[in-house]
Amino acid sequence: MKLITHNMLTSKCLKGVITGYPLAITATVVKVSEVEYNPEFISRIIPKLDWEVLWKAADSIGHNEGLPPTIDPKFEDNEEFLRKAHKVLLEVEVEEGYLTCPESGRQFPITKGIPNMLLTEAEVQ
Amino acid sequence: MWRRYLLWFAHEHIDFRHAEMQSIISMLDIPVKYIEEPSMKKPYWIVELPTEDHLKKIANRSVLLKSCIELWSHAKTESELHENLKQAVKNTSGKWLTTQDLGVVGSNSQICPSEQIEACCDLKKSFKVDVETFCKHFTMKEKVHKIENFSYLPLKGPVKLKNPDIILSYFEFYGVDPNNVPDKPYDVFFGRWVTDGQRDLIQHHSLKRRHFIGNTSMDAQLSLIMANQAQITSGHIVLDPFVGSGSLLVAAGHFGAHVWGSDIDFMMLHGRTRPTRVGQKVRASEESIRGNMKQYSIDSRYLDVVISDFSLPMWREGLKFDAIVTDPPYGVREPAEKIGIEKENYTLSEEHQINHIPSKVEYGLPHIYSDLLNFAARHLEMGRRLVCWYPLVREEYKEDELPCHPCLRLVGNSEQVLSKLTARRLLTYEKVHDNVPNIPVDPNSAAHNFREKYFSIGEISRKERKERKAAEIVANAAFIALAHNKKNNLHDK
Ligand SMILES: C[S@@+](CC[C@H](N)C(=O)[O-])C[C@H]1O[C@@H](n2cnc3c(N)ncnc32)[C@H](O)[C@@H]1O
Repeated sequence: MKLITHNMLTSKCLKGVITGYPLAITATVVKVSEVEYNPEFISRIIPKLDWEVLWKAADSIGHNEGLPPTIDPKFEDNEEFLRKAHKVLLEVEVEEGYLTCPESGRQFPITKGIPNMLLTEAEVQ
Repeated sequence: MWRRYLLWFAHEHIDFRHAEMQSIISMLDIPVKYIEEPSMKKPYWIVELPTEDHLKKIANRSVLLKSCIELWSHAKTESELHENLKQAVKNTSGKWLTTQDLGVVGSNSQICPSEQIEACCDLKKSFKVDVETFCKHFTMKEKVHKIENFSYLPLKGPVKLKNPDIILSYFEFYGVDPNNVPDKPYDVFFGRWVTDGQRDLIQHHSLKRRHFIGNTSMDAQLSLIMANQAQITSGHIVLDPFVGSGSLLVAAGHFGAHVWGSDIDFMMLHGRTRPTRVGQKVRASEESIRGNMKQYSIDSRYLDVVISDFSLPMWREGLKFDAIVTDPPYGVREPAEKIGIEKENYTLSEEHQINHIPSKVEYGLPHIYSDLLNFAARHLEMGRRLVCWYPLVREEYKEDELPCHPCLRLVGNSEQVLSKLTARRLLTYEKVHDNVPNIPVDPNSAAHNFREKYFSIGEISRKERKERKAAEIVANAAFIALAHNKKNNLHDK
């Protein structure tokens, strides 16, 4: 699971949970792999992100990669900033671990890089 | 300068031709003049476009377009075609004229400007003439004879059969009914070949050579058409919420999108379902959606896949996709289910929670489409598209009973016939309004419900479902145990 995905996921599927965001990450295995740099895409995605959540998530798994805690106002022209954002968003991946709902404490496992957000039939009743 | 072109289409998925072309033309914002009203009965269009570049851009996307010719002459008979070309050599007006303009009595043909021909008459430009006939076969000798009839053209360059500078094309159209082929063609065309559409891509993306496929993988051609319908282009963020083996993401990724997928099927996303290919015993380790993207060198645009039940919300409020492309479960070749249980007051003890495979209840088609349209209304960028298949019983089809939502306008609706009784339609919706509340499921919207009406999935399927679940539990437990062992081994080292 990449951090760009984490930025968009919630646990609001759970009964009684209102926002279910952000999910806490517990990572046992983290992988960093090279992904082709695409500044156009990174510039487009940044306004869609919750930056604070991204920064904290990256920091919590020890991969903030020197990313600033706030967005540079002229980020489109800041290559260094875009490259760091690229790395944190697309290259860092949680391979094994789990996500925790901030309201209920319910955990969702991540196996082989794929988060499992399924509930049990008891939880959807 | 505006030029006239003949666009020749594959004689396949005819009901999709207009929708695909319209999507591409509007996506690229290209002005098109129709010289002849496009008709489903003819495998060609005659259009005028501002430049050849515009034509190339269209051809660079379309998978239903075969080839594109700069038109020099279009006639009803061979002799008329040759007459027109001879006139064209003398037409120095710089535009298309009619024979009446030229003072020829008793005829009314269109004559192209001479510079189109002159541009090909350079001494140094090699050329060849191709003959293509639609719905009738000719021998090589007959074709050569047809080519010789063009010897009056003032072409000065050498003939070269392999990679010539210029390819001239002569087309004869004998209609589309192979049981009723006339002696003489209905229409004949001549012109300069400009470019081909994306037919080769269908082979390149063929499921036959795809690493990871499932029982319901979408074929390459239809997946690419869907990506065109969705007007997907570089930089877009695309979601398939019933992703399966990810065929639609491969097509979206090909056109430059970054892709997310989700599916309820844990085994599918982990590439652990029974192999689909005949003769294959176990899945290879790279069998995954990501592996598929890697196969076509587009894995840099793979975001993630998530195991989740589409009937429950998961994505953050305010997240907007540039397109949603999907093939929801019809409940025929794959189960259409969501997490749930029919028992009341069911609880699950703590120790059973971990890696529990939840039981599922049927996810009815009206609910799926209601959820899907509500989701699209909420999570699409304005002006962007949802492209999805919709199965139905053919004779019960009524356009006004298709799924609808006040925020979404139906802009494409093409039928693919599946059997004598059933079909599926590729529906394309464009988001035209924002901020409309969720529309509840309309219980009457099941008018042409495929599953209930045509496929009786009563007892047998319930039994099948149980067996499938049992198999899933065993396989899942083994898989998780394996993953844990691996992890522990890693920790030990
Ligand atoms: C027609 S298949 C899609 C196939 C896919 N286009 C491909 O190329 O492989 C439908 C998919 O929907 C999934 N599905 C069924 N019920 C679902 C649900 N409630 N939520 C999410 N996915 C579901 C099935 O597991 C199946 O993979």
